[in-house]
Amino acid sequence: MSTPTTSLDKGDRNDKGRAREEAAALLADMPLTHGSLPRRAAPLTLLAFVLAGIAAWQTGLLGAAFAGILTAVGYTAVIYLWARRVEGPRGAFDRLVTAVVSSAFALALLPLISVITTVVSNGAARFDADFFNNSMLGVVDEGGGAHHALMGTLIITGIAALMSVPVGLMTAIYLIEYGRGRLARWITFFVDVMTGIPSIVAGLFVYALFELFYGPGIRMGFMGSVALSVLMIPVVIRSAEEMLKLVPNELREASYALAVPKWRTILKVVLPTALAGIATGVTLAIARVIGETAPLLITVGITRGDNFDPFNERMATLSVFSYNQYAYAPGHARDLFYERAWSAALTLILIVMTLNLLARLIAKLFAPKTRA
Amino acid sequence: MAKRIEVKGLDIYYDKFLAVQGVSMTIEPRSVTALIGPSGCGKSTFLRTLNRMHELVPKARVEGKVLMDNQDLYGANVDPVGVRRHIGMVFQRPNPFPTMSIYDNVAAGLKLNNKRMKRKDLDDLVERSLRSANLWEEVKDRLNRPGSGLSGGQQQRLCIARAIAVAPDVLLMDEPCSALDPISTQAIEDLITELKEQYTIVIVTHNMQQAQRISDTTGFFNLQAIGEPGGLVELDTTTKIFTNPANSDTERYVSGRFG
Repeated sequence: MSTPTTSLDKGDRNDKGRAREEAAALLADMPLTHGSLPRRAAPLTLLAFVLAGIAAWQTGLLGAAFAGILTAVGYTAVIYLWARRVEGPRGAFDRLVTAVVSSAFALALLPLISVITTVVSNGAARFDADFFNNSMLGVVDEGGGAHHALMGTLIITGIAALMSVPVGLMTAIYLIEYGRGRLARWITFFVDVMTGIPSIVAGLFVYALFELFYGPGIRMGFMGSVALSVLMIPVVIRSAEEMLKLVPNELREASYALAVPKWRTILKVVLPTALAGIATGVTLAIARVIGETAPLLITVGITRGDNFDPFNERMATLSVFSYNQYAYAPGHARDLFYERAWSAALTLILIVMTLNLLARLIAKLFAPKTRA
Repeated sequence: MAKRIEVKGLDIYYDKFLAVQGVSMTIEPRSVTALIGPSGCGKSTFLRTLNRMHELVPKARVEGKVLMDNQDLYGANVDPVGVRRHIGMVFQRPNPFPTMSIYDNVAAGLKLNNKRMKRKDLDDLVERSLRSANLWEEVKDRLNRPGSGLSGGQQQRLCIARAIAVAPDVLLMDEPCSALDPISTQAIEDLITELKEQYTIVIVTHNMQQAQRISDTTGFFNLQAIGEPGGLVELDTTTKIFTNPANSDTERYVSGRFG
C-alpha cells in the first residue's frame, strides 16, 4: 500500500468522493417547488405591448417596422426580468428563448403574408372570366387577358415535366440501386452542381444549342421546355434519390428471397414504397420551375395571340406575360397593364398552391398504410 | 420437396476480409438444423450463402461448394434467382411489404414474378399458406388490410406464410424469434416443428433453449479471436451437443460459461 500509484489512486478516489458530496449538497439545496408567473401573465403582457405598438404606429409616433421591433424587444425584456424575479434563472431563460423563437417565426412569416395580400389585392381587379378567355390580340388598353399565356405555361411546363420525370427518376434509380464507384460519385457531383445553375444560364445554354441547328433568332415553346428541364432534372433526381434511400433494405432482401429478380424488385417493391415521396418531389419540382421567367424570355419570347404549337414560333407564358405587361405598359393605360400583370402573378401563385395541395393529396393517397 | 444440402470447404469473404473459414457440413432433409454461437461468428453470414443472399453485399464472395441434391449452387451457370426459388428465407426483423395487403403479401412471391393464376387457386394458396403459418384464424376477416398493421409476432408469421407460399425446398430462418415475445415465439416454434414434416429448415438462434426444443441437429460456430475468421466448431445431434459435446469450447458455450 506504500507504492506511489496506490496513493495516487486513493487521492483520486477521495477527489471523486468529495465531488459527489458537493453535487449531492447542491441538489439538496435545490427546492422542488418554485414560484411561477400568473397563468395568463405572458399572453396579457404580450397583448399590452402589441396594443401599445399599434397605438404608437397609428398615432404616427413610430413607423410600423420600428413599432413592431420595439413591441418584440419590450415584451422580451419585461417577461424576462419579471420571470427572473419570480421563477428564477431557468424559468426566465425559458421565457426569453420562447420569446426570441416566436419573434423569429413572426419575422419569417411577415414577408410571406405581405406577398400574398399584395398579390391578391392587386390581382383581384382583373381576375375575371375575361382574363381567362381572351388573349392580348388587338388589345391596346382595356380588356385583354392571359388565356394564351396560361395555356402556354401549362404546355411548356407539361412538356418539361414529361421529359424531366423519366430522366430524373431513372438517374435516381441508377444512383441508388446500381451505381457504385467513381461514375456514380461523378454523377452525384454534377447533379449537385446542376442544382445550383442560375436559370438564365439554362436559358442561354438552350438558346445556344438550338441556334446551332436553326440559326440565330430561333424561338419556340419546346426550347423553353428544354430549358426548364435542365433546371428540373436535378431537383427530381435529388428528391427521388432521397426517397429511394428511405426504402428499407430489408424490403429488397425480402423480395430477393422470394426469387424476384432485381429489376422486378425495383419496379414492384421499391418504387411503390417510395411512390408517395417521389410524387411529392416531382410536384414540387414542377412548382419550382413553373414560375421561371428569364430562360423563357430568351427561348420562348412572348406573343399577343394564341399559339399552342410548341414547335413553331414564339409562345406566351404567365411569367413572361406578367413581366411584359409591367415593362411595356404604355403611359396612357399604365394601370390597366399593371392590373393584368398582377392577375397573371396571382394565377401563378394559385397554380403553385394547387400543385402543393396536390402533392399532399398524392402523398396521403399513396403512402404505405399502417393501420390494420 | 425437402432437399439435402452439403457444404464443402466453404470460405466466405467480404471483399478481402475472410469472415468464415472452412465450413463443411451436411444438412439433412425434413429436419431442423440449428446454428448457435456468439455474435459475430458468422452464423448469419453462413446462412445467407445457402441461398446466395450473401453476394448482395457489394464485393462479397465465397469459395467452396454448396451442393443441393448434388448440384452445386455456386456452379458456373447457376442463376441466383433460381436458387432462391428453391431456398426461401425468413429474416430477423419481420419485413412485410408495406404497400401490400395481408393477402398480397402472402401472394407476393407469385404476384411479383407475374405468375398468372386463377383467382380461386390463388385464394386457396393464400389460405393454405396462412393456415400453415398458424395465422389464418387471426387474419381471415381482414385479408385486404395492410400487412404492416399486424403485431410483430403476426407479421413474422405473415413473412413465414409468404416464404412457404412459393413452396421452397429449404427454409432458412435468421433469428426469426429474436424480436418477439414468448407467446409469439412459441407459436413460431410450434410452426417450425410442423413445417419440418415437409421442409428442410436451417435456423440461426441465440436462444439455446430454443435450439434444444426445436432442432434435430445443432452446429456450433465460433471464432478463435477478434479479427480471425469464424468457423464451424462442431456439428452433431442436438442431444449430443447439449449433453456431451466433443469440443470443450462447445461445452463452455452451451453451459453458459462464455459467449
